[in-house]
Amino acid sequence: MFGATEPLDTRDATPIAAPAINGHVRGDDRDKAKPVSAGTADDSGPDWAAVLIRIRDHRDEASFVALFRHFAPRVKAFLMRSGADAAQAEECVQDVMATVWQKAAQFDPARASAATWIFTIARNRRIDALRKQKRPEPEDLPWGPEAEPDQEDRLGLQQETEHLEEALASLPAKQRELIEKAYFGDLTHSEIAEATGLPLGTIKSRIRLALQRLRHAMDRK
Amino acid sequence: MTTIRHHLTDDLIMGYSAGTLPEAVNLIIASHVSLCDDCRAAVEAHDALGGAVLDTTKAETLDDGCLDATLAMIRAMNAPAPRDIKVPQDPVAPAPLLDYIGGSLDAVKWRPVGMGVKQAILKTSPDATARLLYIPAGTAMPDHGHRGLELTLVLQGAFQDDEGYFARGDIEIADADLQHTPVADISQDCICLAVTDAPLRLKGLARLAQPFLNI
Ligand SMILES: [Zn+2]
Repeated sequence: MFGATEPLDTRDATPIAAPAINGHVRGDDRDKAKPVSAGTADDSGPDWAAVLIRIRDHRDEASFVALFRHFAPRVKAFLMRSGADAAQAEECVQDVMATVWQKAAQFDPARASAATWIFTIARNRRIDALRKQKRPEPEDLPWGPEAEPDQEDRLGLQQETEHLEEALASLPAKQRELIEKAYFGDLTHSEIAEATGLPLGTIKSRIRLALQRLRHAMDRK
Repeated sequence: MTTIRHHLTDDLIMGYSAGTLPEAVNLIIASHVSLCDDCRAAVEAHDALGGAVLDTTKAETLDDGCLDATLAMIRAMNAPAPRDIKVPQDPVAPAPLLDYIGGSLDAVKWRPVGMGVKQAILKTSPDATARLLYIPAGTAMPDHGHRGLELTLVLQGAFQDDEGYFARGDIEIADADLQHTPVADISQDCICLAVTDAPLRLKGLARLAQPFLNI
């Protein structure tokens, strides 16, 4: 665990210099043509959390279409790399994105980025569809997303996510593939146990920073 | 909230986040996370890595009708789900566990397994087994080993073994090699959720007289 009791390898803890790349390193270029002014925290792409909040608060279909154009092709890729065939993936994508619309009230930008939140929905759909299992989820914290989340928490969290993407992109190819495979459901538990024992460079220190930030956001409430 | 001293390991947290663990293991992790803010933050940080993987993965082209079909779905939907918060409803069993025991510890169908100990096997996918254990205060368990991973989460009372003292919220993670002799604390009857990743093997009724964990 990352608890205080166990030493974590912090040799790689120096934050990497944020490369001046345009957010979605391997994404397609369709995003740039999107007619949505999402309001950006910096120049690394739309602020998807803000888009989700518009969906949450105003049931805004134009925002949903923008979100769909960015995330639905990625969710399809995620499901196909997890073992779904194209038709099955296509069907699940519709379910996942409709769930995003339906459950938008549960999105808390101080706790998760849009990508993170959509990932958890897609993952649970995968467990349900491909493994035919229920997914026990933790009890909620007794508070929910606040109407006016703390801006510092929200922006800090979104930036942390971008750093995590950069850290992932800058890993040696083999290590990056290992992590991708883990999240695509392609590694067994013992393989994951081996993988988490590896020095995964900046990823571990980035996760640790994200963890501290989340801990801080939780303590504040 | 009590101070929790025994936590999940990195690989269990990552496996939970990646969604590759058996249902019974997910259940015990979700139950621990319900009681432990440290592990909750760790799970959410690992979810963020999953988000990064999703966001940076090479996108697939969607069929032409996909967006329209989804728009039709959301337009046909009733009012969006309000936030449904799973708040603590039981002082002993966390919310994810309540789903598996009919909503209340009172609904558990305990079966005696000897020495005053009772157990109830929960219905999950067969790749791992989850059971609730009821161990009278002060009861010593016989030595037992197990074939694979064994996870034990204390929900009420406490137990002590060679590995340490485990109270409410603490989770013991034991691999196949560990032989241990847990003794329930004298102060209170002990209730635990235990998960083994070897499938349950029932060998007839005589089995019930055997040490309860050695299945
Ligand atoms: Zn913990």
